[in-house]
This record gives sequence, C-alpha cells and structure tokens, in this order.
Amino acid sequence: MSVEKSSSLGRDAWLRLRANRMAMISLFILIGITTVSFIGPLISPYAYDQQNLDRVFEGPGKDHIFGTDNLGRDLFARTTYGGRISLAVGLLATLVSLVIGVSYGMFSGYTGGRVDAWMMRAVDVLYALPFTIFVILLMVMFGRNFLLLFLAIGAVEWLTMARITRAQTMNLKRSEFVEAARALGYSHGRILFRHILPNLIGPIIIYATLTVPAVMLLEAVLSFLGLGVQAPMSSWGSLIKEGAEKMDAAPWLLFFPGMFFCLSLFALNFLGDGLRDALDPKSSKD
Amino acid sequence: MKKFVFSRVLQAVPTLWVIATLTFFMTRYAPGGPFDTEKAIPQEIKVKLESHFGLDRPLFDQYLLYLKNLLRGDLGPSFKYPGWEVSELIATAFPVSLTLGVLSLSIALLIGIPAGIIAALRKNTWLDYLPMSLSMAGICLPTFVLGPLLIYIFSTQLGLFPPLGWYGPADWVLPSFTLGLFYAAYVARLTRAGMLETLQQDYVRTARAKGANPWQVVTRHALRGGLLPVVTYLGPAFAGLISGSFIIESIFFIPGLGKFFVTAAFNRDYTMVLGTVLFYAALIILLNLLVDLLQAWLDPKARQAQ
Amino acid sequence: MPSIQNPPKIKTMGNLDIQNLKVSFHTREGIVHAVDGVDLSIKPGEIIGLVGESGSGKSVTCNSILQLLPTPPARIEAGKIEWSGKDLLRQHDEKIRGIRGKEISMIFQDPMSCLNPYLSVLDQVAEPLVIHGMASPKDARKQACEMLARVGVQRVVDHPHAYPHEFSGGMRQRAMIAMALVTQPSLLLADEPTTALDVTVQAKVLNILKELCTDLGVSVLFVSHDLGLVAELADRVVVMYRGKVVEQNDTRSIFSNPQHSYVKALIACRPTLESNPVRLPTVDDFMNPKTGKGQALKKLESPSLNLDSQETLLEVQDLVVEFPTEDGPVRAVDGASLIIRKGSTHGLVGESGSGKTTLGRSILQLTKANSGKILYQGNTISLENIQDRTRFRKSMQIIFQDPYASLNPRLTVEQALLEPMKVHGLGKSRKDRIDRVVKLLEEVGLGEEYLHRYPHEFSGGQRQRICVARALTTEPEFIVCDECVSAMDVSVQAQVLNLLRSLQTSRNLTYLFISHDLGVVKFMSDEISVMQNGKIVENGLAEDLYRNPKSSYTHKLIDSIPLANRSSDFRL
Repeated sequence: MSVEKSSSLGRDAWLRLRANRMAMISLFILIGITTVSFIGPLISPYAYDQQNLDRVFEGPGKDHIFGTDNLGRDLFARTTYGGRISLAVGLLATLVSLVIGVSYGMFSGYTGGRVDAWMMRAVDVLYALPFTIFVILLMVMFGRNFLLLFLAIGAVEWLTMARITRAQTMNLKRSEFVEAARALGYSHGRILFRHILPNLIGPIIIYATLTVPAVMLLEAVLSFLGLGVQAPMSSWGSLIKEGAEKMDAAPWLLFFPGMFFCLSLFALNFLGDGLRDALDPKSSKD
Repeated sequence: MKKFVFSRVLQAVPTLWVIATLTFFMTRYAPGGPFDTEKAIPQEIKVKLESHFGLDRPLFDQYLLYLKNLLRGDLGPSFKYPGWEVSELIATAFPVSLTLGVLSLSIALLIGIPAGIIAALRKNTWLDYLPMSLSMAGICLPTFVLGPLLIYIFSTQLGLFPPLGWYGPADWVLPSFTLGLFYAAYVARLTRAGMLETLQQDYVRTARAKGANPWQVVTRHALRGGLLPVVTYLGPAFAGLISGSFIIESIFFIPGLGKFFVTAAFNRDYTMVLGTVLFYAALIILLNLLVDLLQAWLDPKARQAQ
Repeated sequence: MPSIQNPPKIKTMGNLDIQNLKVSFHTREGIVHAVDGVDLSIKPGEIIGLVGESGSGKSVTCNSILQLLPTPPARIEAGKIEWSGKDLLRQHDEKIRGIRGKEISMIFQDPMSCLNPYLSVLDQVAEPLVIHGMASPKDARKQACEMLARVGVQRVVDHPHAYPHEFSGGMRQRAMIAMALVTQPSLLLADEPTTALDVTVQAKVLNILKELCTDLGVSVLFVSHDLGLVAELADRVVVMYRGKVVEQNDTRSIFSNPQHSYVKALIACRPTLESNPVRLPTVDDFMNPKTGKGQALKKLESPSLNLDSQETLLEVQDLVVEFPTEDGPVRAVDGASLIIRKGSTHGLVGESGSGKTTLGRSILQLTKANSGKILYQGNTISLENIQDRTRFRKSMQIIFQDPYASLNPRLTVEQALLEPMKVHGLGKSRKDRIDRVVKLLEEVGLGEEYLHRYPHEFSGGQRQRICVARALTTEPEFIVCDECVSAMDVSVQAQVLNLLRSLQTSRNLTYLFISHDLGVVKFMSDEISVMQNGKIVENGLAEDLYRNPKSSYTHKLIDSIPLANRSSDFRL
C-alpha cells in the first residue's frame, strides 16, 4: 500500500467537504450572513431602535437600503441586528444542548448497566413531555428573559443529542480498539477522552449543525407568538412577524428578514448534509 | 402484545402525574393571577372571585384538591370563560385541531412519500434534484412565512380560498396545505434516504438475481424497509403538528385547541392551561404507542423484541 | 432422487463462455482494474471452482454474469459472456431479467442479509416461480415447500409463515439454495456461500448443494477463497490472482502438478492437519524466490516442546460466565478448566457459540466471570488496587480478530504505540520511547516510515502487525490471540502466523491461541482444548488430538474439514 502523504481522517473529511459544491456555497453564505450581521449595525448610519416618524413605511431607497418600518426604523439596521440575536440564540442554545446532551449521553452509554437504564428511562419520560408547550408556558409565565429563552430552547434539544451520543458511545465501547485500550490498562478517563470522545466528534458536529436551524426556528415561533425577544430588540422571528402583519402595505418588511432567515436555515441544512457525507466513516475504509 | 400495551399505559400514569405537578406549580409561581389583568376589578369582587374558585386556600391544598378532581375526570371550570367547564371547552376546540392535524398529515404523506420514492429511484437526475430542492426550501420556510404567502397568492390575488375562519371545507385548504407542505418536506427527505439505503441492501440484490423487474423490487422488497424511517418519524411529527397548530390557528383565525391554550396561558387561566397540557400529553403518549404498534406490524423482528 | 422414471437431466443449453472479460471500478481514489482479461467456460453439468484471495476479482467476475454489479462505480470495459448463443453483456434489461432466476440462478455469501427480513421464507423461495410465470402463487408455494423439505428445512412445513430471523445461518443458506434451484435452472452461481458458516454446518450445506445439483443436472460456478474446500466439490479449478486467471485445470492436476508459482504458494501456505512445519511457506517465498527465504520449501518437523518440564503460567478452574438474555441467563462458558505452561502455545478451538472467545476475554478480565478461578503464576488475579491492576495489564495482552476495528482511527501508529508506554511508565524519555517503538515496528516487519501514518492507510495484514507491536509494547509474558488471523487471506495469514511463532521464540512468550480453524490451531499449538457449548470436551497434545480424537465432537470437527485441507500431499 503506497501513500505519498499521510492523511488524517480530519483532512480526508475536509477534502471531501471541499469537493461538495452545495456545501461550500452554503458555507460561504453562512460566513457572509454572519459577517453582515456582525458589522451591519456598526456601519449603518442608523441605530436599530432609532425611530423617525417622518419616514414610516418607506420602501427600499437611497437612505434606507432595506426600507423602514411602521415607526420609521431602518430595516437594514434592524435586520442585521436581528441577525446577531437570532444567530446568537441559535449558537448558544445549541451549545447548551450539546454540552448537556453529550455529557449525559456519554456518561450513560459508557457506564451502562442499571445506571444507563435509569438515565435513559428519564430521557424517555421527558421525551413524552410536550416540550414546546412547556417552553411556551415558561415564556408566558416568566416573562421575556433573554437568558431564559436560550436556556429553555437548549433544554428542548438536548434529549436527542443525548440519545445519539449514548448510542454512539455504546457502539464505540464495544469496538475492539476500546477493548484493546482496556486490556492495555488505560484508565476510564483516558479511554473516554482520548479514545471515545474524538470518535464522537463527527456525529456531534453533524447533529449540532442541524440543531442550529431547528433552534432558530423555535425562537422564531416564539417570537411570532409574541414570546420571544421584546421590542425594541428584534430577532428575525419578530421581524418576520411584523412583516407578515403588514404584508399588503409593505412587503419589504417581510421580504428582507425572511430572506436572511430562510437563507441561513437553507445553508445550515445543506452544510449539515455535506458534513454528514464528508464524515461518513464507511468511505475511508478500504 | 397485550402486555406491551398494558405496560405502556402503566408508564403513562407517572408521566402524566409529573406533568400535572410541574405545570401546576409553574403556573402558580408565575407572576400574575387570572383576575389581575385587564380591567381594574374592585378589590372586594376580586377577593370574592378568588375565594369562589378556591384560590385563597394554601397552595398545597389546592394541589391536592386538583389531583382529587383529576382522578374523577373533572378538569375544573375555566376562569376566563364563565359557565364553561374546561372539559367542555376542550371538547369543542379539539375536533377542529384534529381535523386540521389529520388533513395536514395526509397531505404530508401523500405528497412526501411518492416524491421521496421517485427521487430515490431516479437519483442524481432532475427528478431527484427538483423535489429535494423544493423539500429543502419547505423545511426552511417556516409556517408563519409560508402561511401569509399562500394567503397572499391564493386568497388576496387569486381569490380562490378564504383566508380566515373555519366555517366550511373551503376554509380547510390553505391551513392544511401550509402545515402539510412543511411536513411533506421532511417526509420526502426521510423516504428518499430510507429507500436509498434499503435499495443497497443485499436482499434487494437477491430479488434482482431472481429476475424481479424494477416495480416488483421496489414494491415487494424495498418499500417496507424504506418506509420504516418515516414511521419512526411519525411520533415526533405528531408532536410537531400539535405545536405547529398554534401558529396556523393564529394566522388563519381557527378556533382550535392551540389558540385556546396560548390565550389561556396569557390570561393565567390555570385550569384551562392545566387541562390542555394534560390533554396534549395524554394524546402524545397515545400517538407514540400507536406508532410503536405500527412499527411492530411492519417489522417482524421488532415484534419479537416486544 | 434420480431413478429410471426420473433420470438426471443434463441441460443441453448450459454452456457458459466468458471471453476476455475486463471490469474496472472508478472510485474517488482512482481506477481499479478488478478483472483484467478473464477467460472461463463452463460446460453443462460441470462444477467449476473459482478460487482467489481478496482482490483477485473472482466475485466481480461472478457478479458480472448476471449483471449484478453496482454500475456507477463498476464499468464493464470489454469482453463477451456467451450463454445460449447470446452475449449477456449486450442484452436488454428485460432479456437479462428473464434469465435471472430461471436459466441462471445465484446464491450469495451472507444468508442473514441476503433474505428479505420482512417476507416469509416460503414466499421468498416461491417467488422465482411466480416472477417467471412458471406457476400460480398457490402452486408455487407448494413446489417451494417440497424443495425446502428436500434441502432439509423441515420447519417451513409446519410454520409456513416463518421469517428469516427465526432460522439459523445454515438453515437460511439451505433456503437460499432451495430458492435458487426451485426453477431448475441450468447454471448456479455460488459466491462464497459457505464462508460465513461454521465448519460442521458448512460440510452439510456443501453436501446438499452437490447432491441437488447433480440430481438436477445443474452446472455450478463455485467461488471461494478456500482451495481445499473447492477441491471437495469441483471437477475443475480456476485460480485467479489480481484480476487475471493464472491457472485452470481439473482438480486432480491442480493439486498434484501445479504450474504457476502463485498456485503452488496457495497450496503450500495452508496449515494442514497432517504436516508439522516450523514455518509456513508464504506467497512471497514462491513468487519472489530471490528475496524469499530459502528454507520455505523444506518442511521441517518442529521440535515438540517438553511440556512436563515447564512450569504452569496460567490456570483456569471451573470458570463460569453467564450473560442475561430475554429468555433467562445463558452460560457462554460452563465450567471450563485448563492449564497453560510457560513458553507454550495452548490452542482453543470451537465453532461459533462455543464460548472460546468469552473464555479468552474472561482470562483477561475484559468480561467478568460469574464463578471459578483464574490463577496467574499461582496467584489469583486481582484488579483491586492500582498496582495489581497495572502489573496484570502489563503482563497479559490480547490481539483481536478484526484489524480494522482494533486500532483507534484517530491515532497515528506512533501515538498508538507510545501510549501504552506512557501509561505503564516504560522508557526513560520520549526519545527512548520512540526508539523502542521503531524497534518494535522492525520486529514485526514494518519500517520506520509508517510511524506517522493512520490506520486506514494500511492493509489488513499490516494493521494486524501493528496490533501485534502494540501488544508487545508493555513487554508481556502472555498473549491471547483471539481469532487474530480468521479475517485474513491464506497468504497473509501465513505471514502473521510465522511472525507470531518467531516472536514466541525470541521473546519467550506464552500464547492462548483461539480459532475455529483446526488446521491453524494445530500449526500454532503444543496443546489443544476443544470447546463446545461452553464446555471443554477434550484436551490433549496437538498431534495426539488429531491422530486419536477421543470425543465424538472432535471427530465430527475433523471429518468436516475438507480432505484437501487435512493433508498437504493431497491426491484425489
């Protein structure tokens, strides 16, 4: 077997991803949107909450490239600011669900036996709970707290992450290189963090990339119901709500935030799919 | 089999109890009560109302009383709709949501499954790319964008369907399609993935080796395995449909259970909130059970596992 | 059964002629020429054995006949396959479908995955008749039932709705045979049909296959990696190597007078039950005689170890290992005892489910035993405190069966070999440790340039050597070899076995060698224990066990081994 350059699995995966056009396009779109969301409010001459009652409901034009809303606020500023919020919520909530879910799943899967059985039973019970309903309840009851928002959303998603991690951990635990590690006398900690976790990263990344859009969708739903971020703050979800209400009079209010939102979801999903193909372990076996 | 159903029903009881307790205490600890909002009510009347509904008793007593009533099947009266029992309200509103749900699911399956199968069979041709791109778009278009869009096109511009209300079959079209198309997208992708994987299986090769034509290979051999992921998805799909109905009912002004729930939550109508949550939870548990039974029927190996 | 009223039918149209077949695979990594100009013909009633190792192209050749190759990566570049005057490679799909299952049938390797789990076995066996319009569904089921009874799957008669997962591997393969022959085709293609089966089951299935095909006058193309197995069955043998046919001849001549050096190597490098070499010849010895070691062609009798003079290194007493299942606990190991002497190799042979792997793992404390004792150097093994545990893990190691799964895909060879040293505090400095690693690699026959590579860049044989090196990093005294050559081609197997043997001498190692292959076990071992259903049914010195088997099970095991694999001087 002759190989000129040694290639790690990571590098192989990156090459495969690069070859996937849709995934690369999605990656660039995401980088683009994130950048615009970040610098948008900085470069815009208007603040996102700056009202100007002389210029309400103006279409896209010279001064306001995206137009204005019912209070004369610049839509570009609000959209990009909303981007920060939506993306931040998406990322943070995913991070929360990742940390909780992966730790829970890894621990449960590796320990096995009774502990695992009880931990998974708890997950099953929680799965039966209409979580979305609970989140709605939470938001209604306890007010519009930004921290609470992404904690609550993150708490919805961790269950699936835990299940996936547990299944993978159990698979890996049974695999022969982990048994070899045990036979070589490695401690549990070493096995978990040097042998199991690195091999979990693939599925975790894939799932995380697909969780972000799900979370963003959930945030948008909450905002739509009036439970998400509160005026004058804006997220794409709340902007879309406002836009949907005023669709006849000012379609640009729906169009711009809607486009940003949908494009992000689109790109994230395609990227997730691409990652799944790239990280597929079967293709690296000979 | 009966043992399986029985054990699931048994498991449901503690689950529902947990839910009831959580919801109860969550609603009580939240700021505000049912009679605090809106119009200013003179203090004596407020006190009288609260006493009438037992809200002045210690919290734990109220909890026990609620559980006791629950076991008798009594969900209590609504605080906001005088004269109505919660169970009556649910009974009027639920059929509406149910119709919406069933219609949406049917649309999702009728569009999604064939699309997925065709895409899998004609992989990497336009018969694959087109449905899959549409489905990707479908996933990324939230219902509250799609809904108003469809209203704008089919109602405002083309005048084909009424935009709001729930009076007759014509009203059903736009809402069910809005919700249904979203799920059709997921179903299509799952079906395609499931079919692709099944078509790679050794036993499909055996079928070909026996001389089966493509139609026989798909229907007799590949379909069952290929649709299994869709069946598994039905569980979360039901849950999604139920929560998705909130939005649809808001957009299209449909008097369904979702709308009642959100309104009740805003109004701190404790009994209504509790009743609806418990009802939904029981519904989800029942639906999950049905999905598991369906899976067992399709997969002989799963039958043994139970 | 053939008789006067029912004479064996010789099909007149059963002539298959493959001419200059070329098939390539277009993958991301490049083009692989799997089949590179193959000529093969099968006459009516003939049984042809197509033999080769992995990568030889034998399966691809077989699958090309009925056009069952996955055609995006695979492409038929050239050639002709003539059948009944038509070129199969140039027929419309419809025509090919008419031939599949009717004139030419095929059975595959893995009976578990090759039967549709969602349909009953009876329906699947009846299906070819229905597809080709040869019988009504009801009639087809009746014929299928008869055929299934004929191959020995009685259960279907009483339980017509039984599903594949309710049958054992051997039964499923018989059902597949029934399914392939129910339409009475002229040619049967069999792609490694018994490779996944236990040796005793394999023997029975082969018998049925041979009997039925002879009765029905069906010619057979039997693909296998096992030359000895094929000799039992075939009239003629075709040997493939790297996409080409290197030799074809009738079975007798292939064995008594092999022409091509690869064929000579294949015959010679199998560990047979009769011979007793120090070292197995390898393909290299025959193909590159200048670089290969000269003494390969001499078969020396190995000096037998005087076991009584050696001390006991490991002793197992009445070991019981139970696993909980749905129907109650199952005893994988049911009161097993054995004694392993220092410096020797103790073989453990058994079929699947015998408990041999569980026993090996229990000794290494990877699986917890329920009762019984394991004594190492006279002391009970304890994992109580860190010192005991570390000392124990240092002296006892294991090499697993699947070299693909035994290495962490994310670690380089260097990292994988350094880690055990770090954990056990071996080596004075990092540089010292790396030196040791390099020496180890050389000891197993790999060069320093492999240090920074990842497992997926190596072949199976190379990976197994890395696993051996890894096991040696802690300088152990005792190594359990758990089916560690079972997943390999015969030629690679010979190299790894030779390596293990020479390491034993140079490092004074003691082995517990576990395998289902009696020939391999006998080559490696001084003493052998035979396991069945969790119990050790016989124990004895390797040569004695073969000459005078005492238990009926050992008898059965030996009898199930194809004649050509028992003796290397095999003459029909």
